[in-house]
Amino acid sequence: MEFLVASAIGVLTAGGIYLVLRLRTFPVIMGVSLLTYAVNVFLFASGRLTVGAPPILSDGAVAYTDPLPQALVLTAIVISFGMTAVVVMIALGAYLGGDDDHVDDDTKAPAAEDAS
Amino acid sequence: MSHWIILPIVLPAFLAPFIVLAARYHIVIQRSVSLAGVFALVVVAAGLAWQASDGTVTLYQLGDWAAPFGIVLVADRLSTLMVLLTAVLAFFVLLYAVGSRWDYRGWHFHALYQFQLMGIMGAFLTGDLFNLFVFFEVLLIASYGLMIHQGGTVRLRAGVQYVLYNLLGSTLFLFALGAIYAQTGTLNMADLAERVQLIDPSDTVGIRIAAVLLLMVFAIKAAVVPLHFWLPSSYAEAPAPVAALFAIMTKVGAYAIIRVYTMIFPPDLEATAGLHGWWLLPAALVSLAIGMVGLLAARKLDRLVAFSVIGSMGMVMISISLFTAEGITAALYYIIHSTLAAGALFLIVDLVRSSRADLMLTAQAPVAGSALTAGMFFMAAIAMAGLPPLSGFVGKLLILDASFDTGSVAWIWAVILISSLIAVVGFGRAGSVLFWKSQSVAVDPGAEVQAAPSPLSYVAVGGLLALLVAHTVLAGPMTRYTSAISAQLFAPEPYIATVLDTPGKLSDPYSDTDEEEAH
Repeated sequence: MEFLVASAIGVLTAGGIYLVLRLRTFPVIMGVSLLTYAVNVFLFASGRLTVGAPPILSDGAVAYTDPLPQALVLTAIVISFGMTAVVVMIALGAYLGGDDDHVDDDTKAPAAEDAS
Repeated sequence: MSHWIILPIVLPAFLAPFIVLAARYHIVIQRSVSLAGVFALVVVAAGLAWQASDGTVTLYQLGDWAAPFGIVLVADRLSTLMVLLTAVLAFFVLLYAVGSRWDYRGWHFHALYQFQLMGIMGAFLTGDLFNLFVFFEVLLIASYGLMIHQGGTVRLRAGVQYVLYNLLGSTLFLFALGAIYAQTGTLNMADLAERVQLIDPSDTVGIRIAAVLLLMVFAIKAAVVPLHFWLPSSYAEAPAPVAALFAIMTKVGAYAIIRVYTMIFPPDLEATAGLHGWWLLPAALVSLAIGMVGLLAARKLDRLVAFSVIGSMGMVMISISLFTAEGITAALYYIIHSTLAAGALFLIVDLVRSSRADLMLTAQAPVAGSALTAGMFFMAAIAMAGLPPLSGFVGKLLILDASFDTGSVAWIWAVILISSLIAVVGFGRAGSVLFWKSQSVAVDPGAEVQAAPSPLSYVAVGGLLALLVAHTVLAGPMTRYTSAISAQLFAPEPYIATVLDTPGKLSDPYSDTDEEEAH
C-alpha cells in the first residue's frame, strides 16, 4: 500500500509540474490543482498509513491512526480550494482584458511590459 | 495570562469585516476606522516591544491548550520588533493611501489592508509551523486582492504570475511540513527544536530534505535568487501603497529563516550543517549582484525600485547566512532600514507617477511639486544605495564588519562594495534624468496642468524618511537592541522552556485543576 500511495503522489506531482510548465493559464491552474492533490495525500500519509483504525478514543479499539494529519489536510484542502478559486478569477480577468492567456511575460513584444 | 499578544491579530480581524459589512459605501468611515485601528496597532505593538525588551518571553496559549498540543503565540524580542516595524510602516502607508486617494480607486481597500496586517502580525507572533503556513496564506490571499486593486489588464497579468508563484510556494511549504511531521511527529517550533536534536545521525535523510524545502519556501518569500522572479513584475505593477506595504512581506521570509534556522535547525546541527554556508550565502551574493545590476538596467522607475528591493534582500540574506551573533545583529538592523527605505521609495515612485505621463526614465517637463519629490527621492535613494550619512551606510558597515572574520570575506566584501557602486550609479542616473534634466524640457503650453500631490502624501513619505533619520541617529541604541535580540536567538532555552513548560490543558492528564483557570 505504501508503494501505491507513494507512486500516486509521485505521478500527481510529476503531472502537476509538467502542466505548470506549459505556461498557459488553463493547464497551469490544472497543474497547480494536481500539485495540491498530491500534497494533500502526502500530508495525509505523513501520519503513517493505517487501515480501519479510529482517529479518536473509542471503546474496544486496539490501534489508532494519527488524527493530526487529518486536521492538517482539512485546512490545506480549504486553503488550496480558496486559492484556486481566486487564481481562476484573476486569470479570467487578465484573459478577458488582454485576450491572451500566457502566464509569462509576452515574448513576442519584449517592450510591452515596459510600455504599460 | 496576558491577552495583549493576540490583539495585533484579533483587532484587524474584527475591523476588516466591520469595514466590509457596516461601512461598505462610506469611505470616510472606512478611512477613520482603518486609521484608528492601525494607530491602535502601533500603540499595542510598542507596548509589546517594551514588555519584551527586558528579555522576557511571553506565551499565549489559544484555548488554554498546552503546547505542543495547542497552538501558541510567542512574543519575544524578535517577534515584537517585527510587529512594531509592521505597524509603523502600515500606519504611514495607510496615510499615503488616504492622502493620494488610492483607497478610493477600487473596492475594499481598507478591509483587505486589515486582513493583510492580520496575516503579517500572525506570521510574526506564532510559535507553530503549521500556524505559520496558515498566516502566510492569510497574508497572501489579502495581498492578491490588494495587488489587483483598481484592476487593469497589465496589473491582472502581473497578479496571475504573483498568485501562481505563491501558490506553488505554498504547495512546497506543505510538502516541507509533511516531511517534518513524518520525521518528528510535531509542528510546534519549540518542541521541534528539542526533537530534531534527538534524531539518529544515521537517519537524517527526511529531516534534511525538509530543512532544504523549508529554506526554499522562505527564500521564495524573501525573493532570493533564483526564486525571485515573482517580485519585479508584482511590485512594479501593484498599486503604490500596496507595494510599499509589500516591503515588509519579503521580510516575513527573512524573519522565518532567522527564526527556524536559529532554533529548529541551528548552525551547529550536524544534519543540516553547510546549508547556510554552501547554499544560502552564494544565493544571497547573487541576489545582491542581480538586484543592483537590474537596478542599473531598469528602464522604468517602478522596476528600478523593485530590483533595489531584491538587492537589499540579498544584503540581508548575506548577513543572515553567516549565522553568527554579529551577522544576525547586522541583518536585523538592515531589515528595519530596508523596510523603511523600500516603503518610502515605492511611495515616491507614486508621487512621480501622479504627475507624469509614464514612469519611463526619460526627461519630461517639470511638474508641480517636483522639487519636494526630487528631494525626497534623493534622500531615499541615498539610504537605499547605502551612502553616508543615512542608515543604509551604517547597516552595510555592520554587515561588512560581521563578515570580516569569516572564510568568505573576500567574496562578501567584493560583491557588497561593487554592487553598492552600481546602485549609486543606477539611482544617480534615474534621479538626474527624472528630476534634473526635466528642467531643460520646455513645458507644453497646451498640456493640462496637473495638481501637486496632496500634503498628506508628503507627510506620509516624510514620516518614513524621518524614521530613517532616527534609525541612523539612534544607531547605537538600535544595534545594542538588535544584538540583544540575536543573543536571545542564539540561547533559545528560555524560549523553549516557556513554551513547553507552561501548564495548560492536557499538560498533565491526571489533574483537572487547570481547567478551572481557563478564564
